[in-house]
Amino acid sequence: MNTSVTNAARLLAAGLRALLVLTVVTGIVYPLAVTGVAQGLFPGKANGSEIKADGKVVGSSLIGQQYNLPLKKGQETPEPDLKWFQGRPANGLGTNSVNTQYKLILSGATNRSADNPELLQWVKDAKAAVVKDNSVPGHPVRPSDVPADAVTSSGSGLDPDISPQYADLQVHRVAAKNGLPVDRVQKLVDEHTTSRTLGFIGEPRVNVLELNIALKELVAPAAGR
Amino acid sequence: MSPVLAGVLQLLALMAALALAYVPLGNYLAKVYSSSKHLRVERWIYKGIGANPDTEMRWPAYLRGVLAFSVAGVLFLYLLQRLQGVLPGSLGFASIDPDQAFNTAASFVANTNWQSYYGEQAMGHVVQTAGLAVQNFVSAAVGIAVAVALVRGFARSRTGELGNFWADLVRGVVRVLVPIAVVGALILVACGVIQNFSGIHEVGQFTGGTQEWNGGAVASQEVIKELGTNGGGYFNANSAHPFENPTPFTNLFEIFLILLIPVALTRTFGVMTGSVRQGYAILATMATIWVGFTALMMWTEFAHHGPALQAAGGAMEGKEVRFGIGGSSIFAVSTTLTSTGAVDSFHSSYTGLGGGITMLGMMLGEIAPGGVGSGLYGMLVMAVIAVFIAGLMVGRTPEYLGKKIGTREIKFAACYILITPALVLVFTAAAMALPTPGDSMTNSGAHGFSEILYAYTSASNNNGSAFAGLNADTQWFNTTLGLAMLLGRFLPMVFVLALAGSLAGQQPVPATKGTLRTEKPLFSGLLVGAVLIITGLTYFPALALGPLAEGLA
Repeated sequence: MNTSVTNAARLLAAGLRALLVLTVVTGIVYPLAVTGVAQGLFPGKANGSEIKADGKVVGSSLIGQQYNLPLKKGQETPEPDLKWFQGRPANGLGTNSVNTQYKLILSGATNRSADNPELLQWVKDAKAAVVKDNSVPGHPVRPSDVPADAVTSSGSGLDPDISPQYADLQVHRVAAKNGLPVDRVQKLVDEHTTSRTLGFIGEPRVNVLELNIALKELVAPAAGR
Repeated sequence: MSPVLAGVLQLLALMAALALAYVPLGNYLAKVYSSSKHLRVERWIYKGIGANPDTEMRWPAYLRGVLAFSVAGVLFLYLLQRLQGVLPGSLGFASIDPDQAFNTAASFVANTNWQSYYGEQAMGHVVQTAGLAVQNFVSAAVGIAVAVALVRGFARSRTGELGNFWADLVRGVVRVLVPIAVVGALILVACGVIQNFSGIHEVGQFTGGTQEWNGGAVASQEVIKELGTNGGGYFNANSAHPFENPTPFTNLFEIFLILLIPVALTRTFGVMTGSVRQGYAILATMATIWVGFTALMMWTEFAHHGPALQAAGGAMEGKEVRFGIGGSSIFAVSTTLTSTGAVDSFHSSYTGLGGGITMLGMMLGEIAPGGVGSGLYGMLVMAVIAVFIAGLMVGRTPEYLGKKIGTREIKFAACYILITPALVLVFTAAAMALPTPGDSMTNSGAHGFSEILYAYTSASNNNGSAFAGLNADTQWFNTTLGLAMLLGRFLPMVFVLALAGSLAGQQPVPATKGTLRTEKPLFSGLLVGAVLIITGLTYFPALALGPLAEGLA
């Protein structure tokens, strides 16, 4: 009995020593080395692909944002600022519930199933809103024109992209709200449309933040004149 | 180009890349685990452990090494989380509660990476990098070690010796996982995955104001999360988060990393047993199931059945635009047919049948191609069963690779395949029967049942993905899922090593005209059939209550 306890203790000690040595290799040396090289070779990417407008950091080109009007009194959810291109819904996004000294964005999906009544209602409401917001005089939007990504939440809630169809659909509205010619805004969208990598990897997409920054540059001198 | 065609081309590109890596990596792995030389850094490590890497171990000794190392891993990771509040470099995050700390420690040591916490708000740099990421490496290396021990059981004769656990563990980390991880991490950073220690900081926003982000060593953890088929995300959204998986290329690259080692290990098996064609037969079985599942998944996701998806006009709920339905479907199948459980899209919002496919993938025991190591040993146990069934049909004593499959071997194999279903079904039944666990469901009806069935399937099979609607951070789920993960990982290993020991002790029987040719397509077909029928019979009633009921509604 005594010897088996001793043997077990000896074995466990060997396991613990192995773990500690391998922790030094894979938990300290490896991440520090990778961080060092990454910071040396790709500092911009390693630090979050931050993007600037007018010399100020306005976010990351990888992280989707909300383009809303300031919250009015008595409102619970802000209204979208229709001057700007809008991203996808993000109903799964949360705020942090522990370690609340921070105000972190909590990435996440809705996790609602395809037959969930709440999700069905969200989709219907979003579709109605997209149709209403984007229909401008002389250019009505039909519900069948609205692509799926415009009315569904992404996996991360931080999807930086929309489909080119959804961007095209917003062109008339954005042009009208900013007093710009439609073909100029359409050209802007085309310039910011990324096609599939090597022609077949992923899906075509438009980065909303980059598009809005370019739009802002287009609007600013026009407004100044 | 249509999205369907693009999806198919991505699948083909992935297969081409894996085919290119198959021979060199498989041969390299065989060399690593057969060589008698030690690198200098390995000698230092052995000195630190205090183990002699040249001692041969019989199966009980090998198993004791696995268990001692893993118990140490659970204790260390548990303590690290419980002490997070006082450790420096933890961003001021509080310590983790006991039940959640146990769940997480069990989860990462068992190569499951089920997460009942939100990465970005709960785990600081120290726990993520020196705790969780370390287990991503070593739990993967343990899996490979056990698989190699079983292969040695087939390859060796008239000895009970299976190699040295410490040597296999250390070589897996030093010669295999770390070198690939370094290269992979830098590729990911070059595409936009973050790698820093900047803590939580404010960043400006387009419409004014600021947003708070946390930095972290994400790329170095992301790469081993996929390569070691672990799956625990740095962020809550896992590989859907743009900082973990920023581009369509990284998506495909991460799927490649998931499949790389499990696929190459079939070559290693062939080389070490002296017949690469036996390896091809196992690979063909895995590939048949994987391609079939992916095709089914793409079909059901592009068809987008279900009221909400019909209203939306496409199955984009829980999916990212950059990956689309094709890229997301390939990821979902690859992550659930291996023991990975990383997700680039959320399975709960897949079509009813799509969700069922992810679940069935795990229920097969994750053997196509399976987790690193666990996929190979799982499939070899199935092969033993298939050989036995074939032997019964022709009335001959079954043999596999020159080893007799007798009563003893079949007992071990049968115990192996009974453990996981028992864990899944008993725990699911208990959770459904008790009054409170059901409160954790987000969806009701068939999908609510699926959430719980998925959770225990994922835990017992060491996958770690979730129908994340389930609020799993309760004492009941943290405790029972933690137990399911540990038992689902280590009990099967006991029987695998016992089987290996029994095989290694045998005298080989010469092949005759009557021997079943296990390197032929006929055997691969038999094996696919055995896998599907055994799983189908075991889980059909439970699947009928959940995903089938939802998919056919």
